[in-house]
Amino acid sequence: MKIKLTFWRIVFLVIMVMGLYSTYVRYLRGLGAVSNMTDQFPWGFWIGFDCLCGVMLAAGGFCMVGAVYLFNVESLHSVVRPAVLTAFLGYLLFIVGLLFDLGRPWFIWHQLIYMNPHSVMFEVGFCVMTYTTVLFFEFLPNVFERLSWKAPIKWIHKIYPILIVLGILLSTLHQSSLGSLYLIMPSKLHAFWYTPALPFFFFGSAVAVGLAMTIFESTQSAKALGRHLELSVLVRLGGALLVALWVNALLRFEDFFHRGLLKQIIRPSYEAYFLWLELALTFLIPIVLLSFKKVRLSPNGLYLASVISLFGFITNRLNVSLIGFETYVGHHYVPKWTEFSVTLMIIAMGFALFRVAVQYLPIFPKDDLQVRSASNARPAVSLASPVMEHAGD
Amino acid sequence: MSKALLYDSTLCIGCKQCEQGCATQNNLPYNDSIAAEEYQSAHKLTAVLTRNDKFMRRLCMHCEKPACASVCPVGAFHKTKEGPVVYDVWKCIGCRYCMAACPFSQPKYEWGSLNPRVRKCIMCPDRVNAGQQTACAEACPTGATKFGERDDLVREAQDRLKQNPSNYLPRIYGLHEVGGTSILILAAVNVEEFGYPTPEKIGDIPLPEYTGRVMDRIPDFIPVWSLVLGGIYWISHRRAEVAAAEAEEKKNGSAR
Repeated sequence: MKIKLTFWRIVFLVIMVMGLYSTYVRYLRGLGAVSNMTDQFPWGFWIGFDCLCGVMLAAGGFCMVGAVYLFNVESLHSVVRPAVLTAFLGYLLFIVGLLFDLGRPWFIWHQLIYMNPHSVMFEVGFCVMTYTTVLFFEFLPNVFERLSWKAPIKWIHKIYPILIVLGILLSTLHQSSLGSLYLIMPSKLHAFWYTPALPFFFFGSAVAVGLAMTIFESTQSAKALGRHLELSVLVRLGGALLVALWVNALLRFEDFFHRGLLKQIIRPSYEAYFLWLELALTFLIPIVLLSFKKVRLSPNGLYLASVISLFGFITNRLNVSLIGFETYVGHHYVPKWTEFSVTLMIIAMGFALFRVAVQYLPIFPKDDLQVRSASNARPAVSLASPVMEHAGD
Repeated sequence: MSKALLYDSTLCIGCKQCEQGCATQNNLPYNDSIAAEEYQSAHKLTAVLTRNDKFMRRLCMHCEKPACASVCPVGAFHKTKEGPVVYDVWKCIGCRYCMAACPFSQPKYEWGSLNPRVRKCIMCPDRVNAGQQTACAEACPTGATKFGERDDLVREAQDRLKQNPSNYLPRIYGLHEVGGTSILILAAVNVEEFGYPTPEKIGDIPLPEYTGRVMDRIPDFIPVWSLVLGGIYWISHRRAEVAAAEAEEKKNGSAR
């Protein structure tokens, strides 16, 4: 068995080594040593990115399940499995991230016995736990098919309607509740981001992100696996994304208008710069791009617009969780490199697991796989340098 | 019923006896260098701050409707009927939501520890339950920190404002802020200068109500939304079934 060292594999190795060092610092020297969090900034990059963005970026699962199984949009069938896989991995990695961020992760199970129903955090935790279980069941048929176990597939198909409704219900609840987390901080979070509508915005943006993320991951895995792209699917998703972005943009505008902030957001200030960046990336650029039919019909155009909007929504979550608190606290928070490296390690693990899963499980439609194994082509661009990938040995 | 502390900063001489008493009560180290720290931390639960010869104490406000208790996913905080907001370290999972949510930024964290705890003034619950006053009130030589029934202390504070209006700014900080707190503050200068949030900023509404407005709807939302989702599922699949049946019928019909 030979493992060739490609560029991406070396990147992956470097990320893992740095991440493992940071893991060592985290668990043997404590949160203070590994992060720049302080009593003034008790929530840092791990909450802002790993938790808020992580859950948001996994929204493709419930969006595609909703479209295909709930609304019975058959034409999107080919993207459900990769979307569910992404979501399942996303939630698993979110839990891994939580184990880094929690001060006493060995007591995480206290969630199950000391429940405080008034706590938004409890609700989020409970939904994430149950939804990860639902995603596990939605993911299981891949494994059963691979093993050619017919009976269990039938059982899962029987409970599928329940899984689908439950999954979407739980997603609605916790995607919006991540926004509700901040409702109790009206005096701390900057007025640009503190609004009673936070839960609605968090849910609305999760739907848009779900669409953008599906476009991103379909394009990316098509490139990596040398599959052909189903353009009609992407075009449909792109159209839906445009609508979702418009709805989100109008709601945001309405909120600023309603709270009399329109003048304030135009005036330059530290927060305004970040708000402009956020609004440009989430709404302005992608909406302008997607308004051109040429862009909406081209895989590259759709990919570009989706990625830009993803960066925009990530900026939004970081603004809510980090930038929006800096004026209250009175100083800046810049994450330590070890905080970044833990996050990078988790992301790299996600890419690698995705790569391994599509290698061994029937995630993508069958004929594609056969074409691929027949030609035995190595991926032209490997997504994440899968060290564990033994293809072609 | 509910106990409270009245801190009258015009009586405070900055001797920091309260800091010392607090440290002793909570088994925390205390020396000259810790005394010189003008901020609170996991090892300094109360601090006497000095600005232009004026003194001000900072400590957990023991809100009547504490944000920390409402946000904690495992209910590690709770407001006792005697007044103190207490912390159960065993339950704590270390999510630090209490620190993020507290409008007075009172919970502090043991960042250097491998099994870290949240630390804040817990208003000496053992002493209070035993009918004693808090360690800081006992240590105070001038009566600047006074322990007693909240209602009595509010009346006393109002009397002091009436009798010496020129000594004070005309307000009792903590009387109504975020729905009222068990720490009441009288001062000649704005408490905001010492890092307290302005009353206008935090308002008089208990912070848990902001979340409650959303959380209270969830029990209704769950069945309604499940029904809607189930309905959509049923309709969209029924339509597909009907369409398939009709196509089948047509095929059979034309074959006949």
